[in-house]
Amino acid sequence: MDNFTILTVVVVVYLFVVAYLGWYGYRKTKNATDYLVAGRSTHPYIMALSYGATFISTSAIVGFGGAAALFGMGLLWLTFLNIFFGIFIAFVVFGKRTRKIGRNLDAHTFPEFLGRRFDSRFIQGFAGITVFLLMPLYASAVLIGAARFIENTFAGVNFNTAILIYTLIICAYVLAGGLKGVMYTDALQGTIMFVGMLVLAIYTYSTLGGVIDSHQALTNMADKVPAKLAAIGHQGWTSMPALGSPLWWQLVSTIVLGVGIGVLAQPQLVVRFMTVKSSRELNRAVLSGGIFILAMTGVAFVVGALSNVFFYEHTAYKAISLVVAKGNIDSIIPLYVNSAMPVWFVYLFMITLLSAAMSTSSSQFHTIGSAFGRDFFEKTLFHGKQFLYTVSLTRVGIVLGVVATVILGYNLPGSVIAIATAIFFGFCATMFLPSFVGALFWKGMTRAGAVSSVVVGFFGSALWLLFVHQKESEALGLCKLVFGKPSLAAGTVWAMVDPIVVILPISFVVAFGVSMWTKKMPQEHLDACFKHM
Amino acid sequence: MLGIADPQIWLAYVLCILSTILCVYYGAKNWDKGDEPVYPEDVTWAEDEKKATAEN
Repeated sequence: MDNFTILTVVVVVYLFVVAYLGWYGYRKTKNATDYLVAGRSTHPYIMALSYGATFISTSAIVGFGGAAALFGMGLLWLTFLNIFFGIFIAFVVFGKRTRKIGRNLDAHTFPEFLGRRFDSRFIQGFAGITVFLLMPLYASAVLIGAARFIENTFAGVNFNTAILIYTLIICAYVLAGGLKGVMYTDALQGTIMFVGMLVLAIYTYSTLGGVIDSHQALTNMADKVPAKLAAIGHQGWTSMPALGSPLWWQLVSTIVLGVGIGVLAQPQLVVRFMTVKSSRELNRAVLSGGIFILAMTGVAFVVGALSNVFFYEHTAYKAISLVVAKGNIDSIIPLYVNSAMPVWFVYLFMITLLSAAMSTSSSQFHTIGSAFGRDFFEKTLFHGKQFLYTVSLTRVGIVLGVVATVILGYNLPGSVIAIATAIFFGFCATMFLPSFVGALFWKGMTRAGAVSSVVVGFFGSALWLLFVHQKESEALGLCKLVFGKPSLAAGTVWAMVDPIVVILPISFVVAFGVSMWTKKMPQEHLDACFKHM
Repeated sequence: MLGIADPQIWLAYVLCILSTILCVYYGAKNWDKGDEPVYPEDVTWAEDEKKATAEN
């Protein structure tokens, strides 16, 4: 049997196992009480991996791993934030209150959580429609990550065909009810991801001479940084870019802060807190969650950076990763795995990435669908009245989300995965984080304060991306069309500063300021929100 | 340190490991803490969630 046939068989068997576990998990939770107390009998290992598998996708492994090959090990600051904020703070500080308040308000989506907490249909509708419009950007990042690996692994399959193959797989998965009985499929996918990344780390470190020697080899390559990158602040792959340089701002403000902080207000992750039985499950999930994220992004970023040593020392390449990948950083991890790792690992990594992508994609598309059908139409436009076609609207939302994602996947340029993900995470932070923090911790936050913050966060970020942050404003072209220059701040430091650095503090100030001067939420509403706490 | 030139990078490397240890310590220490009774709100929520999941 040739490698192509073996790989196809491995993928098909894997998909059957995933389908079976989904059906098994769904059958096991027969009624609402079973569903509720599933946490009592479910092993904490399964519980924790389910979170991790939704959190980590091909975007993190392929996209940000590739970014580490460009920026270097400075991306480990993002791993630190992923573990500290994305797991510890998210579970211990945010998760427990989210679960209780969400249950008290009978909220089932993140927009619904904010809408009910501030008794505002506007917030639910506005949050719903913005999630529906923006999440395809993040979903396309995951799609591109999967497609880049398929493209680089199966000879003769080009990128466009790869996108089509993955889309068909994910459509079948989502239509078959990807979120039903999700615990077991997520746990299987999480386990495969964990094993795959662990092997990748051990193999990479051992082939390059061990932990310290491989780092040292990368350090010694500082003089191989291309002049073009050195001119914008690159100082080597084991050094941070020069303070205040364009590369430093991109790494620190867009990649590290955008994604590291944005994770706290991710709609598809926040709902996960509401599904657990008690705070005990969250306490337990912290243990494996921390290890899991270290094994995912920690490994991806170290291996991404070290791929430069492999390619430079390899007689067939003798060049840094960026050059080998012809300038497209999204292809670096796929190329590295296919060139450096044994064939059996390529099979394992294929299903590792399929696991990472499927578990995230399915929750993204369900979030897109419910944002459209439930949050925007049913709860906001139809004033909460249920119609027969509400369910259909959710499905319409999923279909529209898939179509938008595929169109973006075909049309976005190379090296886009990390940036697209960071833009979505940044929007979520500026729009939702102040009102989410207020919803959980400040009874004095008013409806007007929350509404203002959400609106300022959205429009502030959108305007900053369109007219100030040059990386996007130049690509989108509107600023050039209206004002005749690529960015209103061209030539100044502001053109390099990500919206999260400017708009998030403004959004917090607006939330606080407006709340101080507007009508407080009624005491009985607050009592209902914070019951049993 | 660790073959890494810039202290800002090895600090990040070390913080990744320390924050993982923090998660492991916290999870192990609080393994059996935080169990809560099932309130009527929990049952209503679970019923509605089941309905919404089945519909989708």
